[in-house]
Amino acid sequence: MKTLFDKIWDKHLVEEIDDQTQVISIDRHYIHEVTSPQAFNSLNEKGVAVMRPDLTTATADHNVPTQDQDKAIKNELSRIQLETLKKNCDQHGIELYGLGHENNGIVHVIGPELGLTQPGMIIVCGDSHTSTHGAFGTVAFGIGTSQVAQVLASQSVLTAKPKTLLIQVDGELNQYITSKDLILHIISRLGTGFGAGYFIEFAGSTIANMSMESRMTVCNMSIEMGARGGLIAADAVTYEYLKTKKFSQGVSLQQCEEMKSDGIEAFDKVVKFNAHDVRPTVTFGTNPGMGIGIEDQIVTQDNDTFTKSLEYMGLTDRLKLEGLPIQHVFIGSCTNGRFEDFEAVAAVIKGNKKAAHVRALLVPGSNAVLKQIKSAGLKEVFESAGFEIRQPGCSACLAMNGDSIPAGEYCVSTSNRNFEGRQGAGARTILASPITAAFAAINGKITNPN
Amino acid sequence: MEKVTIIRSSVVPVLLDDIDTDQIIPARFLKATSREGFGENLFRDWRFNDSGESEIKFPLNDKKWSGEILLAGENFGCGSSREHAAWAIKDYGFKAVISSHFADIFKGNALNNGLLPIELSKAFIEDIKEEVLLNPETKLEINLEQQEVILRVSGEREKFVISPYNSGNSDVD
Ligand code: SF4
Repeated sequence: MKTLFDKIWDKHLVEEIDDQTQVISIDRHYIHEVTSPQAFNSLNEKGVAVMRPDLTTATADHNVPTQDQDKAIKNELSRIQLETLKKNCDQHGIELYGLGHENNGIVHVIGPELGLTQPGMIIVCGDSHTSTHGAFGTVAFGIGTSQVAQVLASQSVLTAKPKTLLIQVDGELNQYITSKDLILHIISRLGTGFGAGYFIEFAGSTIANMSMESRMTVCNMSIEMGARGGLIAADAVTYEYLKTKKFSQGVSLQQCEEMKSDGIEAFDKVVKFNAHDVRPTVTFGTNPGMGIGIEDQIVTQDNDTFTKSLEYMGLTDRLKLEGLPIQHVFIGSCTNGRFEDFEAVAAVIKGNKKAAHVRALLVPGSNAVLKQIKSAGLKEVFESAGFEIRQPGCSACLAMNGDSIPAGEYCVSTSNRNFEGRQGAGARTILASPITAAFAAINGKITNPN
Repeated sequence: MEKVTIIRSSVVPVLLDDIDTDQIIPARFLKATSREGFGENLFRDWRFNDSGESEIKFPLNDKKWSGEILLAGENFGCGSSREHAAWAIKDYGFKAVISSHFADIFKGNALNNGLLPIELSKAFIEDIKEEVLLNPETKLEINLEQQEVILRVSGEREKFVISPYNSGNSDVD
């Protein structure tokens, strides 16, 4: 009896060094400007070539400005970092979808939308949210820069094999409940350490009924449970998605449907959820596990970490988040920066205006998403509601590139991390679904979509 | 890379759980293209307030605490995969971090840079904490060959596991 994860992993096993160390071959390697320069330095210092430039794809996303992308980048360090990426890609013959390129965007948005991410592959990237690609029946996980160098040099990586965890979700999600609410709900119940040492498979009727975009949101946040990654078995939905994409024309329906876990007994650990229990979920603290239903009260825990967290957020025991005034709304990131997300937001805000005191920032995950927004006529909807539409990038998800939230102010964000300072020093992040974020923008406060 | 076998040092306690890599090194300091100099901004937003003044209460700024070992709460290094976090800790001068659990990617990053992620039981960490809070000079010995940590005042000891293959291997050779 084997899980889907084991089947893919075992196919890629090159060598078992000891029980903590295996060599795994890599089908696709995504790189970006922030975690790759030091890896290229290692290669260049040793005069080592990139082994498979054809299996490596680069994009610029973390450190890019989200406006005036056609002009010179003002911040000198950012400019140098982007130039370094270009220089390294040129030198080693790696395809780079740089700033302004039609394929440019957040690495975890463009990989799937170009059809580079395919079932049965092992994919790595120097970024923890590489788990996103797991939605395609792919084993995908984040690595550090030293491992980026390993993969560049050898198309393989040294790593430990994780155990397997099945998260089974059945039933229908209620109205206005998205896959983001589901994953925030799951993490709030299990905690940020529950997945440590495991690779997750998400299964069950709820997952089967989801679009690829929604599945990506779920897999994206599996890392927030401490898991190495999360995947979903490919199926006909995967096939329908991939058949229209640029690099996945050769993927067949059979290829999508053939690889599955042998049964529930194959997993080291199993947890079940009922989709009916999921309500609009938001976070109140400074890790993604500190989530509650919008209408629920915060219940204090007696420990330093929790106390520090609530103090940072300016929130108190017994408080409900519903009705909390907010100053910013950020819609974007590799969690919820796809066309489906913006469509959902547009449906809520159409004919409405954002609250006067709210700044609503909408950052598409890629140039392709931006194009879709325009061709579907949504740009006008957003602009007449008072939203700022930017060019693609990670933007305020990590506040590295000029887009950030001022200290002490609240931001309802569709991204994946609410750590202290994540969206700017002192910024207070409330993670939510795109629908909840849209309602917050209109009402200027946390609002229950129901 | 320098091979470490025994570390004898007092510890610097930052006893919070779930210390994520955004705290260890905030994203705005990730613009560099080399591995050096990140120690300056280690725990930046905890070490300095909004106006750039030192937060004297934070253990790294408190003269009471010094040493080559960082003692942390559980689930250390969660969040972003940025190896810059391991570089920053190492660059600041720490040789080892002790926690009851390390996030997977951080652990690998630390090992790839000769920074020891030492996993000990919560009970032993609690004992270390008690001794250290009582006497900040308390020394720990980390013996990599024996794979054990010794609390020198009481002689209490515990084994840890680090694959010899992993410790001190550099990235491409
Ligand atoms: S959008 Fe945020 S989480 Fe996603 S890759 Fe960019 S910085 Fe990381």
